[in-house]
Amino acid sequence: MSAVNGPLIAARHLTKRFGTFTAVDAVDFDVAPGEAFGFLGPNGAGKTSTMRMIACVSPRTDGELQVLNMDPDSQGAMIRARLGVVPQQDTLDMELTVEENLIIYGRYFDLSYAEARRRTQELLEFVQLHERRKDEVEPLSGGMKRRLTIARSLINEPDLLLLDEPTTGLDPQARHLLWDRLYRLKQRGVTLVLTTHYMDEAEQLCDRLVVMDKAKIVAEGSPRQLIDRYSTREVLELRFRTDEDASLNGRLDGLAERTEQLPDRVLLYTSDGDATASAIHERGIQPESMLVRRSTLEDVFLRLTGRTLVE
Amino acid sequence: MSAAPAVRIFEHQALVYRRVWRGTVFISFVTPTLFLAAMGLGLGSIVDANNPGGVGGVSYLAFLAPGLLLATAMQTAAFESTWPVMAGIVWLRTYDAMLATPASVRDIILGHLAWVTVRLTMVAGVFIAVMFAFGAVTSPLAVLAILPAVLTGLAFAAPITAFAATQKNDSGFNVLFRFGITPLFIFSGTFFPITQLPDFVQPIAYLTPLYHGVALARDLALGTLEPVSAAVHLAVLIGFVIAGYLAAMWTFRRRLEK
Repeated sequence: MSAVNGPLIAARHLTKRFGTFTAVDAVDFDVAPGEAFGFLGPNGAGKTSTMRMIACVSPRTDGELQVLNMDPDSQGAMIRARLGVVPQQDTLDMELTVEENLIIYGRYFDLSYAEARRRTQELLEFVQLHERRKDEVEPLSGGMKRRLTIARSLINEPDLLLLDEPTTGLDPQARHLLWDRLYRLKQRGVTLVLTTHYMDEAEQLCDRLVVMDKAKIVAEGSPRQLIDRYSTREVLELRFRTDEDASLNGRLDGLAERTEQLPDRVLLYTSDGDATASAIHERGIQPESMLVRRSTLEDVFLRLTGRTLVE
Repeated sequence: MSAAPAVRIFEHQALVYRRVWRGTVFISFVTPTLFLAAMGLGLGSIVDANNPGGVGGVSYLAFLAPGLLLATAMQTAAFESTWPVMAGIVWLRTYDAMLATPASVRDIILGHLAWVTVRLTMVAGVFIAVMFAFGAVTSPLAVLAILPAVLTGLAFAAPITAFAATQKNDSGFNVLFRFGITPLFIFSGTFFPITQLPDFVQPIAYLTPLYHGVALARDLALGTLEPVSAAVHLAVLIGFVIAGYLAAMWTFRRRLEK
């Protein structure tokens, strides 16, 4: 396995078009070895299309792309030999058992049967599915299937693991178990690239991320940097009774760096939530409830990609 | 690379098959047994009683058996290239999983066709054994009929695989079987010589792989092979395999490498 100098993935003006629809519009990004890198964005932002180009299963329409210092157009098979892929929808083989799924997958990577078996036992222990190894795949829970998919993606000991919405549809216990396993992989030096629309997932797992919206990258940085840049340290959430709501006009001006009026509440973006709360009392404003919280990636996300529902 | 990834795709098929082989082997014995008993012996006794010269110079059973062998190969190939392909692309998405490894679309198609070849060999092998048991062959060379059987199967499997990759669901397969496979089964010289068909229909029969496969198998089983016509039959069948393979490369790429 050759060492990679420079970024593991380098994209310049990377573009994907389907007919007249532009799914990915001239994006630039680099992923460094050992980092956990995230694509964050609403549905239809172009995350999956970008991932498919990195995974060498979807040819790019335009721009430059290097993965592991190779060109996906001409060296796709060699790149894929060193990638692990966890697709958005499980693609497990329901006609095979849990362990057969992994063994045959190892064979696709040209492992000997003995080696594929050895790694299968190891990986099933790693994802806590060892007791189910002889079982059919179909009756497994959603979380178990995800873990099996992750185990399968590791059978070739990849340098780069691509995860497309790894925890969508899972219950909290299953998500936390998965995050724990992914964190361990990261500690072992595996480079992770993931897409998600869960802010907590991005904050938990990603060293660095880009926010995508409408086929473009609209922001880039660590979760902390993004919060500093696009939000304030704290957010003060106010709720009013409906009749009071209308009489507010202008009385909250100047209290915060940014004020956002939502149908059910008012958000004040401020560096010091408690100070702002006192200032509100001093003005004689009496909200029904007040809540001070820290800014999260969700605030950044909503500011950058808007509150309009994406269907 | 020590082995082409297509071999691994083939292994996958074999692994899946390991769980269902008993049922399929049973069916591949039952089908020819029932058909040869009912049609060859039952119907054949009436046909032969009214045709002292035989059909094409032989008993109806001996006429029927090679045609039925080829028609069965066609049917097996069509089954193996429709629902399983739909499962790989849509239902289980196993092809997507394969494409995330060093395997390519070409490997998937080649691995699939290699597996169909093995299935055809099994089905045709059992069929020929049953033919011998029924005394439906006049020469031991009839074992060679396995070659046109497998080749004809592939001549159907390749284009049907290409077609399967264009379908969103399996309703098109029912149409294919109802208006394609079943009429061919009946009218491609399987149960009666196609010279019995109306003149305007006969050219259509010449265009189908089954007609050429049946002609080849019958000549082999009855020892009436002629080099020129055999070469034509072979060329048509191989042409179908190649054209179908190229079409499958195109439809698979459009479907899976978006």
